[in-house]
Amino acid sequence: MDQRNQFHRQVALMRQSLFDQGYIDEQFVQLEELQDDTNPNFVEEVVTLYYRDSARLIVSIEQALDKSPLDFNKLDSLMHQFKGSSSSIGARKVKAECTQFREYCKAENGEG
Amino acid sequence: MVKPTALVVDDNKLNRMIHGKLLDVLGIKNRAVENGEEAIEVHLSGEKFDLILMDRDMPVMNGIEATKKLRAMGIKCMIAGISSHSIGPEKEEFMEAGLDDYHEKPLTVAKLLSLVSKIKN
Repeated sequence: MDQRNQFHRQVALMRQSLFDQGYIDEQFVQLEELQDDTNPNFVEEVVTLYYRDSARLIVSIEQALDKSPLDFNKLDSLMHQFKGSSSSIGARKVKAECTQFREYCKAENGEG
Repeated sequence: MVKPTALVVDDNKLNRMIHGKLLDVLGIKNRAVENGEEAIEVHLSGEKFDLILMDRDMPVMNGIEATKKLRAMGIKCMIAGISSHSIGPEKEEFMEAGLDDYHEKPLTVAKLLSLVSKIKN
């Protein structure tokens, strides 16, 4: 029982740290509040889906970055999707990076 | 009292899942489709909803087109635009297509409650 409590405490600390460092925001709390007995794994399902979706998007983005010349419209479209998912799940830092990336796309700034 | 029903129109699977769950928690029967064209098809097959949550940017047919078409078909229920843009010409264009309300993503319980309270009127 002690080990379980210790484990819970570690998870709670890690979770708080993610908030403190600005990786996740209030939207994530909204999702946590949606979890209940009828859907006890909701947060896990959403996060898993997010990771799978993101991995797929990142592969597409990498492929797009390998092309020459860069297709900024395609990159912008991919980042729009990535930003959308990140925003829905409360992944604040990722969302901020996406916004920055899209600014570069709009300015056709390949170096950025 | 009849429970309201809702249609989620969004190309992003994560959003469909989250918006669906938000509606579930509020006791609103709902279903989801991936783009504007599917939203039209669902209505053509005879289904009716009290609330439509319409994303703006979708492939095949976007939210603006779909809203215009639904209104032209005589669909009078509440259509709420859900988009990543907060103000400006994008919002104007979307509203002019026939929206009753507009919310910036991400959708929250509070925003949804505000929409649901407006349906009753």
